[in-house]
Amino acid sequence: MAAVRTSSEVALNRAAIVAVLVATLIFLAPIYWIASTAFKPKELAVSVPPTVLFQPEVTPFIRLFTKRVQMQKPVDPQVYEAAPWWEKRIYDGGERVLKVGKDVQLSQYPNRFMNSLIVAVISTVLAVGMGTFTAYGFSRFKVAGEADLLFFILSTRMLPPVVVAIPMFLMYRMVGLNDSHIGLIILYVAFNLSFSVWLMKGFMDEIPKEYEEAALVDGYTRMQAFFKIVLPEAATGIAATAVFCFITAWNEYAFALIMTNRRAQTAPPFIPSQIGSGLPDWTTIAAGTFLFLLPVAIFTFLLRNHLLRGVTFGAIRK
Amino acid sequence: MAHIELKNITKKFGGHTALTSLNLEIADGEFFVLLGETGAGKTTTLRLIAGLEKPTEGQVFIDGVDVADWGAAERDVALVLQQYSLYPRYTVRENLEFPLKPKIRRLPDAEIKDRVARAARTLRIEHLLDRKTDRLSGGEMQRVSIGRAIVRKPRVFLMDEPLSALDAKLREALRTELKNLQMQLGATFLFVTHDQIEAMSMGDKVGVLNHGRIVQTGTPQEIYNNPRDTYVASFVGSPPMNLIDGKLVDNRAVMAPMNFELPLSGAGNAADGRPLVFGIRPEDVYLESGAPVEAHVHDVENHGVEKILTLRVGDTMLRATVPARTDVEIEQPVRFAWNPDKVVLFDKGSGVSLRHAS
Repeated sequence: MAAVRTSSEVALNRAAIVAVLVATLIFLAPIYWIASTAFKPKELAVSVPPTVLFQPEVTPFIRLFTKRVQMQKPVDPQVYEAAPWWEKRIYDGGERVLKVGKDVQLSQYPNRFMNSLIVAVISTVLAVGMGTFTAYGFSRFKVAGEADLLFFILSTRMLPPVVVAIPMFLMYRMVGLNDSHIGLIILYVAFNLSFSVWLMKGFMDEIPKEYEEAALVDGYTRMQAFFKIVLPEAATGIAATAVFCFITAWNEYAFALIMTNRRAQTAPPFIPSQIGSGLPDWTTIAAGTFLFLLPVAIFTFLLRNHLLRGVTFGAIRK
Repeated sequence: MAHIELKNITKKFGGHTALTSLNLEIADGEFFVLLGETGAGKTTTLRLIAGLEKPTEGQVFIDGVDVADWGAAERDVALVLQQYSLYPRYTVRENLEFPLKPKIRRLPDAEIKDRVARAARTLRIEHLLDRKTDRLSGGEMQRVSIGRAIVRKPRVFLMDEPLSALDAKLREALRTELKNLQMQLGATFLFVTHDQIEAMSMGDKVGVLNHGRIVQTGTPQEIYNNPRDTYVASFVGSPPMNLIDGKLVDNRAVMAPMNFELPLSGAGNAADGRPLVFGIRPEDVYLESGAPVEAHVHDVENHGVEKILTLRVGDTMLRATVPARTDVEIEQPVRFAWNPDKVVLFDKGSGVSLRHAS
């Protein structure tokens, strides 16, 4: 960046900042909507015009994590007084928390959330790991029919996956993979692998092969050179690829809806299934969605430095 | 330390032939420079010896043993490249330790420490040991690269244009240092370069490579004074040897295009009347008032200790190195002669020197 700037450059710079701010506001608006709804009292969730200032409460989260039933008659004041604070919030809403003996019955949300985590993390690790090795192979060795193979790998993304949802479902049911973690993981690895291979190939090509050759000459095997030299150099690419794969797997809705219903159901199809009939409880749904957004936000935040360099495809490395 | 021999090496990359029946011998403790233009096959030769490439045909011997089945790790050679030979995430110390830590020849920690310290002292990089390699200057990087090679006491040092990315001053300094280092270690060096000054100043022996073939091998003096063909003549030397088409008639060199003549004795009658190329180094062309040929000064380059003149005779240009005190101006008519003892005759058709042909 030049030390001296002309006035037109300054003006341009200001305009750019304003444009970025406006875009950020537009993108953040739905996030704000979800977040604020998640902390609203139930009655304010659907108020017109929308309530902006309100006393935030965590009741939607308590409802999210518990099983409840509507009470026919008001709660016994003694029971109410003896209840912990979070249970009182439920009584206040005219409901009571379901219990087995003394134990509070949890809703299905934590379980669905765990399913999402298991499926997304494992499929990301597999897709990125396989992608990294495959990309290294394509990048460093002469592979017969390299261009054709790479094109074939890319071509698996040319069809919207949903098109094959029905045949996939039938096949999965036949081999007993439906409603299982492993079934979803296989699907998500298959979606992400081509992307991972192509992205990682770009990053691998950027790493000078001289580094490994120096290690080979120094007495290391190809495998040792790969782990000691190539992998640390590829960290940026791996991080960027992992974020993309994780987001895809985490947000996937259609296949999760079709392939799973109970054991392995992930959060995306679960959350809307809680709308139910009658008046939907938007605050609880918003609370579920809000929590669902956090892992991706945290993951992306942790890898932000890598990601920034990663999405420029290493263009600023040299 | 080791003796290296390449026998009848041919290397093809798909349809492209990089090296053609190459024979090369490097004696134990020799500083051998492989000189050639970009794409001549220098780096390929080096990589074949390092074990990073396999020859299509032919054999590589290290100390008399055919190493065809040896991987790069087992050959125990060290490689210094123009760039990228340092690991970017490591400190200088870690880079120097790295070659001492592979499983196949892991050294005890005390020995590693000792060797790193010694290499750092030799190369005067002790103050840089804890610095990350991306915080080094070009010259420091190359010193560390050389350090990575010397810590191991390899059988042979392979250097691929290690000085080419450096600026002129540093290049000169490291040239001397590297040569001293080689003498101090008594090691076998194979040094690849496209810079004929590096080749001449550093090599015990020089091999000139052209289009995948070794054209000539010899001491720098042999290569300079007695080039095997017109390619070597024009490639080695700065400014290069003058090459003028002509014929030999009665002990006189008759230049074809402009018909000027110069005396030349002792070439023998065999060459009489044949189309030839006369080669003469610029320092063997001199100006004299009574000299046989008249020319015009086309250009003057002042180099301080000397001037390099470009002389024009008709359409023919030739260079002459003259003392700096020579006072000439552009377009001034001058007379010149040559040192007939220094003239090299090449066959016009094949380009091969007549001295080498027989």
